[in-house]
Amino acid sequence: MGIAEFFQHLMNGLTLGGIYALIALGYTMVYGILKFINFAHGDILMIGAYIGLFVFDMLRGDSPLGTWTFISFFIAMLVSMVSCGLLGMGIERIAYKPLRRATRLAPLLSAIGVSFILSNSAAWMFGTQSRKFNYPFDNTSINIGGVVITPHQILILVVSLVMMISLKIFVDKTRMGKAMRATSLDQDTAMLMGINVNRVISMTFAIGSALAAVGGILIALDFKVYSSMGTMIGLKAFVAAVVGGIGNISGAMFGGILLGLLETFGVAVLGIPTGLKDTIAFGVLIIILLVKPEGLFGKVEKEKV
Amino acid sequence: MINFFLLILIYSGIYALMAIGQNIITGYGGMLSLCQAGFFAIGSYTTAILATKLGWSFWATLPAAAILSALFGLLIGLPTLRLKGDYLAIATLGFGEIVRNVLNNWDSLTNGPMGIQKIPMPDLFGFVINPYRKYAFLVMVILFVVIAYLLFQRLARSRMGRALAAVREDEIAAQSMGINITKYKVYAFVLGASVAGIAGSLQAVFSLSVTPGTYTFMVSVMVLCMVVLGGMGNFKAAILGTFIIQLISYFPQLTGLSSVIPPQFKQILFGLILVVMMIWRPQGLLGREERTYGGSTERKGGKR
Amino acid sequence: MILLETEALTRAYGGVVAVNKVDFQVESGLITGLIGPNGAGKTTLFNNITGLDTPSKGRVFFNNKDITGFPAHKICRMGIARTFQNIRLFKDLSVVENVMIGRHFKTGRDETKGRFVNALKSYVYLKREEQEIYEKADSWLDFFEMGQFKNELAKNLPYGKQRELEIARALATEPQLLFLDEPAAGMNPQETEHLMAIIRKIRDLGITVVLIEHDMKLVMNICDTITVLNYGQKLAQGTPREIKHNSSVIEAYLGKEEE
Repeated sequence: MGIAEFFQHLMNGLTLGGIYALIALGYTMVYGILKFINFAHGDILMIGAYIGLFVFDMLRGDSPLGTWTFISFFIAMLVSMVSCGLLGMGIERIAYKPLRRATRLAPLLSAIGVSFILSNSAAWMFGTQSRKFNYPFDNTSINIGGVVITPHQILILVVSLVMMISLKIFVDKTRMGKAMRATSLDQDTAMLMGINVNRVISMTFAIGSALAAVGGILIALDFKVYSSMGTMIGLKAFVAAVVGGIGNISGAMFGGILLGLLETFGVAVLGIPTGLKDTIAFGVLIIILLVKPEGLFGKVEKEKV
Repeated sequence: MINFFLLILIYSGIYALMAIGQNIITGYGGMLSLCQAGFFAIGSYTTAILATKLGWSFWATLPAAAILSALFGLLIGLPTLRLKGDYLAIATLGFGEIVRNVLNNWDSLTNGPMGIQKIPMPDLFGFVINPYRKYAFLVMVILFVVIAYLLFQRLARSRMGRALAAVREDEIAAQSMGINITKYKVYAFVLGASVAGIAGSLQAVFSLSVTPGTYTFMVSVMVLCMVVLGGMGNFKAAILGTFIIQLISYFPQLTGLSSVIPPQFKQILFGLILVVMMIWRPQGLLGREERTYGGSTERKGGKR
Repeated sequence: MILLETEALTRAYGGVVAVNKVDFQVESGLITGLIGPNGAGKTTLFNNITGLDTPSKGRVFFNNKDITGFPAHKICRMGIARTFQNIRLFKDLSVVENVMIGRHFKTGRDETKGRFVNALKSYVYLKREEQEIYEKADSWLDFFEMGQFKNELAKNLPYGKQRELEIARALATEPQLLFLDEPAAGMNPQETEHLMAIIRKIRDLGITVVLIEHDMKLVMNICDTITVLNYGQKLAQGTPREIKHNSSVIEAYLGKEEE
């Protein structure tokens, strides 16, 4: 493999991984606090993509490619983030909150239910045919020394990087972020310390869902949007979260990028057939769970006896 | 109309077998498995391939389907059983998807997305059980369900059922009571998989063709729904749940409203059932099977 | 006769050494107390002996057999049963079912027959086997005078009874050695009194008892011998009288007296 080819795969892997990372953050944040997998997360991403698509089409109207389409794209992204944030909070309030003290299976089952409701409602409302973004940007690829880079890829990298850095700053530096970390360490103690745990949980869902919306829109730049798109992407993002050590925010970012690279290089270098590309993620999952179930950066959690 | 009702009953029977399997894994063992559709598919394809390519009779393919599904149950079970419930759910979900992925892509064996057609009808001592004349087929399916019910019910009322309950309630305490928790989890998985494999076998000879599109994640969720709706840890409830869910999924056709009701209606309803049941009636319609000992007729105090 | 012995047992979590080269002996037929301030490593020692945790270094011998690192269920089957500090009953099962689970491996295991034959026999003679398990479990409930609760859910029992049920469940495995982790925690004086009587009754059945306890009245009253742990190390060992007057023990509990 030539150096140019290597950088080509690296670039493709990084963009894919950036998206996985954004989505993985939602899984990991919710798991960190509530200790359960939000199965509906992938479907929130799908809803986010749809909202972004619709809002963009509406704003753009007939205007030609240019500054306005550029701005509309970001407005659409913002609207989608806010709507999905609210959706995530709503789902938590209705379907998960009543189950906080229930058995461990209960919220999981409820989440599977929510996932089903979301994806099938979308199929019902938006139709079963897939849609595409109505090109917001000039996507003519740029050739840098044999490496072909599309403006979409640059956009994806920049947006996901900005999102991740802001999240990291938010969690590390703000009061709310501190409250989140406290809640994930020990919910009861956090409550005794005067932290409004309900608000923290709502906020976690809002942020996670908003990031998923961004992920959904970024995917929609290059791939089709359809009602069950969230299942496979969601699953892979979950794998990324597990690889990084579920509950660990930096781990999720790292895991997402690693998985993106593994998939791209797996197909390109190891010659794994594209039809079985999705299987790579599960292979990684099984291996990680067997060898290091707490993930690369996770803490070993042992039940106190 | 009566034909349509028979069809619902037959499908209820086939799904009831899967629900019985799900119940031993999830209801008794407390493990959330999301790959009944995968085992179902393995059973179906085993029968389809052995019958069409090697000319085996249905009755010979049946144990093969059960054993192969059980083997896959073991395969997925062993590495994942050390994991906590949530991971298991994802791993099994992934497994189900991989099965479908492979069926779709392994053209030489499974004929890819086209699937396998012209599966011979089962016969018994020269009597052909024709799925188009539904009564005989229904009787066969009911027999299977009754046998599975009796076998599993007995198992659940034995030491094994109690050991699984212990594992579900508290793994650490169960270990300290001398119970080999890994062993029982694997047992539950293998049993649940094998009965789903048998269901797959029946499905293959009922529709006389198999295509990967039949074995989607939706099927796994539907089976889960049946067990949750009826009541986890109760085989009668699982069968009742199966029947209700089947009625719901054919409701538009039954009432002649299929042109009005959107096709996603049933899936949305399944989702709602899961959420609503968890919030208001997590024990299901019938609740867990309770046993009293010592011949006393008094009921246990308190609610589960 | 020494029934159980640990040899320089060490358990470290990263840099924290919870149990540090402890030589702990349990003499057959006696009631041994294991005491020490909070965080002294008592429960960790229990866990490392009963297979819920694996020692970093050192060995555990039971009946002169090396059982270091055996899985918990094997250790239970060899004759070591235990209870837990934070009661771990099968909460949603009935009282008698809890005890019946203790009978799990005691039934349907004919060592001369293969595993498959045993399983088949259990399956065919289900009713008889269940009856047998039930009767054994029932007799243990009678031992604890808890017969009237048998069909209650375990979680609905009063606190003191839950602790006793946990002991009953452990005894149903017919152990040679019984570990009790703070059996009197949270009990009122009457309940503690009753518990002491029960522990003596257990000893009289020929079962060796080891208990972790903070209630000094209970420890000094019923223990034949006491081992004291402090900061993961063995501080002292002796009769209650010796321990009561051991200056380093007093120091560990009350702090050094200022000169």
